Amino acid sequence: MNVANEWRSARVKSIRDLSADIRLIEIEMSGPFAPAAPGSHIDIAVEIAGRPSTRSYSLLGPGRDGVHEVAVKLASDSRGGSAYMWTLKPGAVLKTTAPANHFDLNLDCNEYILIAGGIGVTPIHAMARALAAQGKDFRILYGARTRSDLVLAEDLRALAGERLQISCAEDGQRVDIAAAIASLGKEGELYICGPIGMLDEARAHWSRSGRPPANLRFETFGNSGRYPNAPFTVLLPHIGRTIEVAKTQSMLEALEAAGIEAMYDCRRGECGLCALDVIAVDGVIDHRDVFFNEEEKAEGHKLCACVSRIAGTSITVDTGERPA
Amino acid sequence: MADQTFPLNAWYAAAWSHEITRALAARTICGKDIVLYRQQNGEAVALENACWHRLLPLSLGWLDGDNVVCGYHGIAFNSDGRCVHMPAQKTINPSACVKSYPLIERHRMIWIWPGDPALADPSKMHDFHWNDGTEFVGEGGTYYSLKCDYRLIVDNLMDLTHETYVHAGSIGNDAVTETPFDVTHSRRIATVTRWMNDIEPPPFWAKNLGKPGNVDRWQIIRFEAPSIVVGDVGVAPVGTGAPEGDRSQGVYGCFLAAITPETEKTCHYHWNFVRQFRKDDAELTRQINQAHVNAEGKGLYDQDAFVLEAQQRAIDNNPRLPFYNLNIDAGALWARRLIARMIEDESTGVTGLHSEAAE
Ligand code: FES
Ligand code: FES
Ligand SMILES: [Fe+2]
Repeated sequence: MNVANEWRSARVKSIRDLSADIRLIEIEMSGPFAPAAPGSHIDIAVEIAGRPSTRSYSLLGPGRDGVHEVAVKLASDSRGGSAYMWTLKPGAVLKTTAPANHFDLNLDCNEYILIAGGIGVTPIHAMARALAAQGKDFRILYGARTRSDLVLAEDLRALAGERLQISCAEDGQRVDIAAAIASLGKEGELYICGPIGMLDEARAHWSRSGRPPANLRFETFGNSGRYPNAPFTVLLPHIGRTIEVAKTQSMLEALEAAGIEAMYDCRRGECGLCALDVIAVDGVIDHRDVFFNEEEKAEGHKLCACVSRIAGTSITVDTGERPA
Repeated sequence: MADQTFPLNAWYAAAWSHEITRALAARTICGKDIVLYRQQNGEAVALENACWHRLLPLSLGWLDGDNVVCGYHGIAFNSDGRCVHMPAQKTINPSACVKSYPLIERHRMIWIWPGDPALADPSKMHDFHWNDGTEFVGEGGTYYSLKCDYRLIVDNLMDLTHETYVHAGSIGNDAVTETPFDVTHSRRIATVTRWMNDIEPPPFWAKNLGKPGNVDRWQIIRFEAPSIVVGDVGVAPVGTGAPEGDRSQGVYGCFLAAITPETEKTCHYHWNFVRQFRKDDAELTRQINQAHVNAEGKGLYDQDAFVLEAQQRAIDNNPRLPFYNLNIDAGALWARRLIARMIEDESTGVTGLHSEAAE
């Protein structure tokens, strides 16, 4: 990781269910407290199938009185981070990092569009608060699969009023990213957080519009794909190994658990250091990274093992390791 | 860690306007390494001076249009600090950014806000209009990386009794130590006022007044937290009404200080002395500049710099010894209290919460 961030202890202060599967968790931090800039997240040490792991959660706002808020959606097919978070009760002791920010909001701009997909609304909420406080010109497009997923609609309505546009798939609506981009002023910036399909769509429209790439800001924690999570097999012919990736594991984690060396840095699909050469696939690659562009993903010569998966039975890859 | 000595959420002088050009200029301000440059449209930019990739100072790279190109592996950042080019890949890592700092260019200087950009409030900009080159004229300079805590300079300027000892022979005389002074204070400003009426003028003022006889002399020193000092100083022939507000028979000027912490123990001292008399006299401007700081190190401010660095060394060598205070320190103590309050407010979040105002 780029930022050396130390673990510190924290405590679950309170829990409130926002819907049947989305829960707001207030976390009381220890040590010196500073309000977090919009777009910030904290890392939380979680336990998945008995193994320690780390998940990142965006903060809903700057926090106050030593307390930060995250929202966690219990995903039945997730890699298990949310299931762990849902076992927590008030008073539970956690290990977290101090807030860090990879999704900075530039306050120097005159026009903004914020797009939130599903639980990706959490950093967007923090941004909307900051922009509203500064009296900035911003619009929000908030999409989700079901009406009950739109847990922050009322909060966002209070911040943005008419400038909030809601789209719900169960009502046959979807966020019209192309139209939003077309309506944005030349100098405007777009901030988006949501499932990978939404990001890919935004990236494609944005690059076609010829706008400066740096004015499209996005974040993904690499935990959503076009296909549900399922177990699959990884074949490593160069070293004569075969390993199984559990539904709750990433491919990188499975390689590591099997003692196979792999390089990585961000573990969130951004840096490309974990990319492996693909030899064959039985199924389709569910690319969940933002490192490769559209063409590279379509070619499928490589995949980011930290986030991408297979919908199908197996993938044959080369990790670069050779028998001595 | 020692207690913080400076607030971050404040405007600090980063450079004189003329120093920032289409070249990359490195500065450390409040412990933060910063690179400054001007865009093609003339607007100044300040970015974190450490490349996102391997931390090479960006000031060692070059400008490509309005972007800075890192001199190591060629990553380019725009004026917002966002990466716009990454070598050997088709996409750009979305977290690749360096910080960009809010700037204001005003009063012939560039001012930076090293703290939380969301709190960078132009209305909190200091008054420094004396430096504009209109009502007053003068050319100053900067001691970059002066080896002392910036507050030692504040102390120095808020108590001019030191003139009698450090600057004997130019502006110092016994009247300064013998005359009582008043201190007023508000939340951001502390002012020390001293009127020395019917005294013999010290050499500098006698020469510039060019009239014989005793004078009424004043020193009205205004400190604006955390580190701006403006000293309104001058003389007028005794009995011509200066203490009552009529300065028409006198000569006066202002010493200006915009002091910027570099680290806890070093600072950049931007100084000027501007005057209201003989404003067209370029030779006098040059002489006054040289009288303050010169190549031989014999200027008025060179004398202060010598004392201040020696004082800092003594503080470092005797870390457990406190300062003791005299009555003459009242102005400096008020200044320090205002600074301490700003630091305190910052750490308790009084000025620290982004969006509390919206609630
Ligand atoms: S580790 Fe960075 S993309 Fe996988
Ligand atoms: S250190 Fe700047 S590009 Fe590598
Ligand atoms: Fe002095």
